[in-house]
Amino acid sequence: MTWTEADTGILLVGVLCAMACALPGCFLLLRRMSMMGDAISHAVLPGLAIAFLISHSRASWAMFIGAAIAGILTALFTQWISKFGKVDRGAAMGIVFTTLFAIGLILIKKTADNVDLDAGCVLYGAIEFTPLDQVVLWENESSLLRVPRAALVLGGALLFNALVIGLFYKEFTLASFDPALARTHGFRPMLMHYLLMIMVAVTTVASFEAVGSIIVIAMLIVPPATAFLITRNLPLLIGLSLGLAALGAILGHLSSQLIPSLIGLPETTSSGMMATMAGFLFLLVWLLGPQGLLRKPKIEGIPEPGLPPKL
Amino acid sequence: MSVADLHIIASSGFFDTLIETLFLESYNTRLVVLGTAFLGATAGIIGSFLLLRKQSLLGDALSHATLPGIGIAFAVMVALGGSGRYLPGLLLGATITGLLGVLLVLAIRRTTRLKDDAAMGIVLSVFFGLGVAILKIVQEIPSASAAGLDSFIYGKPASMIMSDLIIIGVTLLLTIVICLIILKELTLLCFDDSFASTQGYPTTFLDIILMGLVTAVTVVGLQSVGLILIIALLITPPTAARFWTNDLRKMLWLSAFIGGLSGWLGASFSAFFEDLPAGAIIVITAGIIFLISMIFGPTRGVLPRYLRQRQLKRQVGRQHILRSVYEIMEAEQESHPLKNLPISLERLRDHRVWSKGELPRLIRQARSEDHLERQPSGELRLSESGFGEASRITRNHRLWELYLIKHADIAPSHVDRDADMVEHILGAEMVHQLEAELELQEHTLESPHVIENETPPNAV
Repeated sequence: MTWTEADTGILLVGVLCAMACALPGCFLLLRRMSMMGDAISHAVLPGLAIAFLISHSRASWAMFIGAAIAGILTALFTQWISKFGKVDRGAAMGIVFTTLFAIGLILIKKTADNVDLDAGCVLYGAIEFTPLDQVVLWENESSLLRVPRAALVLGGALLFNALVIGLFYKEFTLASFDPALARTHGFRPMLMHYLLMIMVAVTTVASFEAVGSIIVIAMLIVPPATAFLITRNLPLLIGLSLGLAALGAILGHLSSQLIPSLIGLPETTSSGMMATMAGFLFLLVWLLGPQGLLRKPKIEGIPEPGLPPKL
Repeated sequence: MSVADLHIIASSGFFDTLIETLFLESYNTRLVVLGTAFLGATAGIIGSFLLLRKQSLLGDALSHATLPGIGIAFAVMVALGGSGRYLPGLLLGATITGLLGVLLVLAIRRTTRLKDDAAMGIVLSVFFGLGVAILKIVQEIPSASAAGLDSFIYGKPASMIMSDLIIIGVTLLLTIVICLIILKELTLLCFDDSFASTQGYPTTFLDIILMGLVTAVTVVGLQSVGLILIIALLITPPTAARFWTNDLRKMLWLSAFIGGLSGWLGASFSAFFEDLPAGAIIVITAGIIFLISMIFGPTRGVLPRYLRQRQLKRQVGRQHILRSVYEIMEAEQESHPLKNLPISLERLRDHRVWSKGELPRLIRQARSEDHLERQPSGELRLSESGFGEASRITRNHRLWELYLIKHADIAPSHVDRDADMVEHILGAEMVHQLEAELELQEHTLESPHVIENETPPNAV
C-alpha cells in the first residue's frame, strides 16, 4: 500500500475519536452502565435530526446541543420508566433507545435525505471521507498546516472530556464507587450521573461522522474493559485505556488497508476494523493477560504436591 | 409528507385503502401484514422469558452479532460457486455468529471481573464492526452481486414473499409448542434459577433452549424488520404486557397479542408511507402501545397504582380522624354508653401529631363523606353514620392491639403505633378471627394503654 495524506487524516481522526471515547467509557464501565453508551449513541439520532430541522444547517453547536438534550432525555426516560413503571432497567433502556432511534430514522428520512446524514452512515460512519473536509490551522509562505475538520471536532471533544474529568475527578470517582457515600458528603451523585451522560452524548455526536452510532460503542467500552482486566488502579486504568484506544485505532486502519489485499481485494472500511482490532486486543488480554485464561492459575498457600504436610 | 401528497391520498380514498390493508383485503400487503404480525407475536412470547430473566438486552447483543455471519456465509457461498444470496445459507451464518456472540457474553461474564453490561457492549459493538468490515469486503468481490445485503440492518418488510411467511409461521408454531411443553421449567428458571438447579432441573440446558429461541426469532426477523429494530419487538411487547397482569400465562398470551398488534398496525401504516423505513414505524407503534399500557395497565400501570394509593391514603386518614374524635369523647365522658357530644377543634388538634395541613383536609374529607358535622359554635360532632364508623374503627384498633400484646409480646406503651400499620386493612373476616382468638364479644373495648396527647411539649 502507499501512504497518502488521506491515510494520515483517517489515522488522526480515528485515534482522537478512540481516545475521546475512552475517557467517559472508563466511568461508564465502573458504574456498570456500559449499555447506557449503547442506548445514548442510538438515541442521539432524533436530537440530531431535530437540531437540523430547527437550525437548517449542520452547524456543530446545534448538533451538540441537540445530542446533549437527547442524551439527558434518554437517561431520564429510562429512569422514569424503571422507577414509576417498576420495570427492569435493561428493558427500560431497550424500549427508550429503540423507540427514539426509530423516531430519529423517520425524521432523518423525511428531512435530511440528501445531506450526508444518511441511514447507512448513521450506524458505521464514513471515516474515509473525513479527510476531504479540511480546515487550515496555520498558513504562511513556506508551510501550510491542514487537518480534517472531524479531527478538530474530536480533538475538542477529547479536551472537553479531559477537562470535565480533571475538574470533577474526585466527585466522579466517589460517585462511581459509592453513590451513597458521595451523597452524604454533598457531592450530588445524580449531577455527576447526568454530567457523564452529557459527556457520552457529546462524544457520540463528535464521533458520529467518523464511526457512527454502533462502532462508537466499541470505542467507549472495549478499551476500558481491556484495561480493567489489567489493573485495578483508576489513574492507571484511564491511562491504559487511552493507550489501548489509540493502539486499536492505528491497528484498525492498518489492517483495513492490508488484510483484504492479502486475498487480492481493495481495502475495507477503517471504522469497522478499528472496532475489530479493539476487540482483538481485548481477546489477547483476556487470554494472555495477568489473569488470562491461558495462564496457569497460581494459588498461594497451597503446598507443592509431593511434600508431606508438616505435623 | 407534503400537502400535495395528502391531496393525492385523500382523493384516492385513503381510509378505504387503510381499512382494506388492515383487514387483509388487499393482496399486495396481506403477506407483509400477516408476516410482521406473526413475527411480533413470536418475539412477544420469547421476549417475555427474557424480560423475566432480566436479560432483555441479550437480544441486543445477539442481533448485532448476526451481521458478520451474513457476510461470511455470503463469501463462503460465492467461493463454493453458488449465488451467495441463497437465504437459508445467509440465515445459517447469522445463527452461527449470533450464538457465538451469546456464548462469548456468557464466557466473559464467567471468567473475568467484567459485568453483564460490559460483556454485552463488547460483543455487540465488536461483532458489528467486524460485520461492517466483512460486508464491505464482500461487496467488492467481482462477479458477485452483494448489493442489498445491508438491508439486513434495517430490514425490508415489503420484500417478504410466501416462503418467508411460511418460515415465520413455522417459527411461531414451534415457539408456542416448545413453550407449552417446558412452561413449568422456563417459569422456574425465570423466577428462581438457583432453586431450579437445586431441584435438579438442567438450568444450563434450559438457558440454551431459550437462547436458541431468541436466535431463531432474531434471524427470522432480520429480513423484515432488521437487526436493530427486532430488539424492540423482543423487549417492548412483554414489558407492556407486564402492566396488565401478574399471571405468567396471561402475560405470555397478552405479550404475543401486543407484539402481533404492533406488527399488524405498523406494517399496515407503513404500506402508505413507502419512503419511510417500515421497521421504524412498527417500533413506534409498539412504543405507543407500551406508553398506553404503562399509564393505564390495571395491575401495575402508573395511573391505577396512583389511584389505589390515593384511596388507601384517604381511608387511613378517615380512620385516623374518626378514631381521634372517638377517643376524645371517651376521655371527656365518664358514663357508659358513650353519648355523641361535640368536641372542640383545639382538642382534636392536640390529640395526635398531624402533618402540616393534614387536619383541615381530613375534616373537609370527613364532612363531605357525612361522617362529621360542624356545629354553629364551631365545634365538631360526629354524624349518625360517623359515630357508628368511629366506634367500629376504634374497636378494630383495640382488637389488634390486644392481639399484639397477647401474641406478639409488644409492650402496651408501644402497641399503638404497631397496630396502626395493620388496622387499616383489617377485613371483616379477620375481625371475626380476632374476636374468636381473644374471646371477646363486647361491643365496646377499653384501650389497653393510656391515651395521652401525642403533641410533643412545646420547646422550653
